[in-house]
Amino acid sequence: MSQSARHSTRGWPLWEVFVRSRRGLSHQHVGSLHAPDAAMALRNARDVYTRRGEGVSIWVVPSSAIVASSPDEKDPFFDPALDKVYRHPTFYDVPEGAKHL
Amino acid sequence: MYGNYDPGPTSGTESEAASRQARQHFDQLIAADQRIEPRDWMPEAYRKTLIRQIAQHAHSEIIGMQPEGNWIGRAPSLRRKAILIAKVQDEAGHGLYLYSAAETLGIDRDELVDLLLAGRQKYSSIFNYPTLNWADVGAIGWLVDGAAIMNQVPLCRCSYGPYARAMVRICKEESFHQRQGFEVLHTLSHGTPAQKEMAQDAVNRYWWPSLMMFGPPDDASSHSAESISWGIKRFSNDELRQRFVDMTVPQAEVLGLDLPDDDLRWNAERGHYDFGPIDWDEFARVIRGDGPCNAERMRRRRQAHEDGAWVREAAQAHADKHAPRGHAEARAS
Repeated sequence: MSQSARHSTRGWPLWEVFVRSRRGLSHQHVGSLHAPDAAMALRNARDVYTRRGEGVSIWVVPSSAIVASSPDEKDPFFDPALDKVYRHPTFYDVPEGAKHL
Repeated sequence: MYGNYDPGPTSGTESEAASRQARQHFDQLIAADQRIEPRDWMPEAYRKTLIRQIAQHAHSEIIGMQPEGNWIGRAPSLRRKAILIAKVQDEAGHGLYLYSAAETLGIDRDELVDLLLAGRQKYSSIFNYPTLNWADVGAIGWLVDGAAIMNQVPLCRCSYGPYARAMVRICKEESFHQRQGFEVLHTLSHGTPAQKEMAQDAVNRYWWPSLMMFGPPDDASSHSAESISWGIKRFSNDELRQRFVDMTVPQAEVLGLDLPDDDLRWNAERGHYDFGPIDWDEFARVIRGDGPCNAERMRRRRQAHEDGAWVREAAQAHADKHAPRGHAEARAS
């Protein structure tokens, strides 16, 4: 957004931070931060997002490297998923007496 | 995560029907108490209100490090010192969560920092009061953080997703802040008469400014109605202030300290405590810049920003030196 380069933090890339809170769970997005390089981004992410043992593993990803599905969270992109109710087990009638289905 | 964020061309190039549809979708999400996410269409006034509020909140966390930082070197024990350092570090963290949330609205953190340093964006007026003795650290934790929690818990359900998520993290951490403050005051109020007097003095000075933290009374609050209709705000200033008083009076009894208000008494009919009139002239004065420490807080912040310049430059130089060939494009232009 900012065009000025007066200060040295200008132009530090934005990194998205993902934290695995414990073994067995996947990484989850927790926020973002600015850092000049990946190593600093990791260290800063540790200090900002895991001060109370919230994580056992951190990923940092340049925000610019993320490709998102659409400019809007509501999108016809997801429509095909909505008209196939037969994908859900609740679509099917199970005769009485049938077990372990 | 908001990669490829682009607020896109605003009205003018959009067809009228498309923009009407976008607004309708926004209104529906708000009506259904759903969250608005960064790349959703939102009214420009909603975006601006959020940027202003989140930035002011972030600045408050950053400026708020000063009054307590003032006592780190003089904490009465190693235990108290370690706790205070952790608390002040948390405030820095809270500031960063909030700048991060504000950036999802399409503004740069550097821009917000500039606005603060130029005095064009505000921070909470409470931080313009001085910390004169050690008990003030306790009073800030108990009253100021207590009031902040009262304000912030409803923000965990704010209609804007990134702000709400940042508030969830912050609220979890604030409860340690409030308890450590209560413990400081409890220890002092059960110590020597001089220590108890120190605690009472701190409470006397911080009580009224804490009540002002909820903002002007409802009939004089310019942004309230719109913020409530947008689901940014869930309760009015006066409602939250009353809740805070109701919560705090019994805690003061446990501390054995008095709250400096002769009009404070239980009103059985209302089911709330009545309290005396707030000096809104003082509030206006402090907001305007004439509080006891406004100039000092800004001077310190600018100084810290300038003193940190070489660190930022060194970090950039290191990054440049070690950037692998071909990875240079990872740096923003």
